[in-house]
Amino acid sequence: MSIQTEQTPDARGYFGRFGGVFVPEVLMEALARLEQATREAFADPAFWSEYEGLLRDYVGRPSPIYHAERLVDGPHAPIIFKREDTNHTGAHKINNTVGQALLARRMGKTRLIAETGAGQHGVATATIGAKMGMQVDVYMGAVDVERQALNVYLMKLLGATVYPVESGTRTLKDATNEAFREWAARVEDTFYVIGSVVGAHPYPYLVREFQKVIGVEARAQILERYGRLPSDVVACVGGGSNAMGIFRGFVDDGAVNLWGVEAAGHGVREIDTAASLNAGSVGILHGSRSYVLQDGEGQVRDTHSISAGLDYPGVGPEHSFLKDSGRARYVAIDDDDALAAFHHTARREGIVPALESAHAIAFAQRLAAERGPDGLIVVNLSGRGDKDVRTVAALEGTEVLK
Amino acid sequence: MIASGGIGDVFARARAERRAALIPYVVAGDPDRETTLAVIDALTQAGADLIELGIPYGDPLADGPTIAAAGQRALGAGIKFADSIEIAAQARARGAAPILFFTYVNPVDHYGAERFARDARDAGAAGAIVPDVPLEELDAFAPPLRAAGLAIPLLIAPTTPHARAARIAAASSGFVYLVSRLGVTGARREPDVGWVAAEIARLRTTTQLPIAVGFGISTPAHVAAIGAVADGVVVGSAVVDSYAGSRGDEAAAKVGAYAASLRAALPSRG
Repeated sequence: MSIQTEQTPDARGYFGRFGGVFVPEVLMEALARLEQATREAFADPAFWSEYEGLLRDYVGRPSPIYHAERLVDGPHAPIIFKREDTNHTGAHKINNTVGQALLARRMGKTRLIAETGAGQHGVATATIGAKMGMQVDVYMGAVDVERQALNVYLMKLLGATVYPVESGTRTLKDATNEAFREWAARVEDTFYVIGSVVGAHPYPYLVREFQKVIGVEARAQILERYGRLPSDVVACVGGGSNAMGIFRGFVDDGAVNLWGVEAAGHGVREIDTAASLNAGSVGILHGSRSYVLQDGEGQVRDTHSISAGLDYPGVGPEHSFLKDSGRARYVAIDDDDALAAFHHTARREGIVPALESAHAIAFAQRLAAERGPDGLIVVNLSGRGDKDVRTVAALEGTEVLK
Repeated sequence: MIASGGIGDVFARARAERRAALIPYVVAGDPDRETTLAVIDALTQAGADLIELGIPYGDPLADGPTIAAAGQRALGAGIKFADSIEIAAQARARGAAPILFFTYVNPVDHYGAERFARDARDAGAAGAIVPDVPLEELDAFAPPLRAAGLAIPLLIAPTTPHARAARIAAASSGFVYLVSRLGVTGARREPDVGWVAAEIARLRTTTQLPIAVGFGISTPAHVAAIGAVADGVVVGSAVVDSYAGSRGDEAAAKVGAYAASLRAALPSRG
């Protein structure tokens, strides 16, 4: 089928009509060198063996799968969590930063920069930077710096410097703009560690390759324990790296339904949403063509989600391709339902999920009842919810940390 | 009918006067439409040869904080893509220097490249720079602009390898835009005049087009140094800054005085 021939972007970085390279000329040579380094590294068994060693010993992989038995009452399909929340630093983000840091070192770069929204990718970059003795500078919207004080402090603790970004809407979109600008200014010694399957080619491809470990592991674990493939795979989608990672393990299994769950915020029909694939149109943001939340003039819209990690107006180009080809379907869960799933998972399973992952869980609960006992649903539990405790407490009028 | 606004004429006249062309940049609608028109008039009177008119975009990857903030002011004033073209048309109708648009691929994509080409031509504009469309993506948007007779100057950066620079120059029209240093627009760093001179000399062996230099040029001294080696000098953020916070006649007086100081600094070439 066509999906298989399109799994690797073409020479110009396109997945079908999505992707490409739309950046100022100053970055073109850096991207060309990155592409070449990526190609060479991916063909080098020593590169993968070092990456896999770090994932095992430092990140703690393979992450387990876990049957969340008490999540749904009544007849339902079993819901299996892929436990990315058990990784070092508490989310899937570290799979990618380990890989990109190894690429950076291979290219002779001494400084890592990153954008971050909730701070998870910033923490994961600061972590591997500390381990590898590299300078780390993180760009974070001033609004997010305020909202995510704990992660800001954590990054500093790990030796990184956090730069609040005051431009535009002062959130993840603007932090990403600023990271691109900073890369343009110091392209010789600096490696831009992008946090999701977004940006100009080769980033969507290389980030996916560093996250596909999630799907490869999950497929083998499910087959070993249940002796069959799942009926459905569910993952939340902001930029879309955890979803792309787990989808990658199942995309060739045509009978497995792939579900991406976007953040509807206050509702996909409202202005306040972050659901690019459900409520957006095709445009160009941060270097590639994909679905974007924007107005009729091509001005990118402000987004809203209770989850800072999904609060992004774009989405990875490969997701746009999977949407248009019909191979994956994309739904949206609003703030209230995600919050309910957050509490429900804590109370019923003793697992506090990240608010991002709670979007996927909320959808999986519905799907499980619909599928009935014959189904088998894998949910990517992309991160743990410690970082969200303050946000959730504040919604309930409790201040746990100033 | 609008007087000739071709870029070729701009550089030919500057060359005849044995100097580089002065190319200031302003954002359409910053802080409002009337001020932009007054500012363009003042720039023309101060001796600007060509005016880069920024069509505001909220996520300008090639721009530093000064121009990004100017874009936000314009968007906040409700300036739409079509308004920017209309501002250019009005300015040209009242005798402004030739105008070159500067914007980003996403707004052009939404407006439509063919519609943009037609409307820009009808407005009397000379061409357009779209800095986030690299050579590899040019075919998706350039053909209608070329067909409408509009120039598309492309950017060459300090990181651009020589062979690629030659290909970019070959695909450019109007002039070649040489970026003076790494990074985005704005006045944070000094232009590297030695590198600029060497790069211009190298480019002259591969292209007959005029070569203009921009990014980080903010003082009369910079204009003097770059103007001694380049065919055109682009001053953006510093021009935007020169009237930030003012409107109408006050803004025009400020930007006019600043542009005149830049114009006076252009060295005479033998």
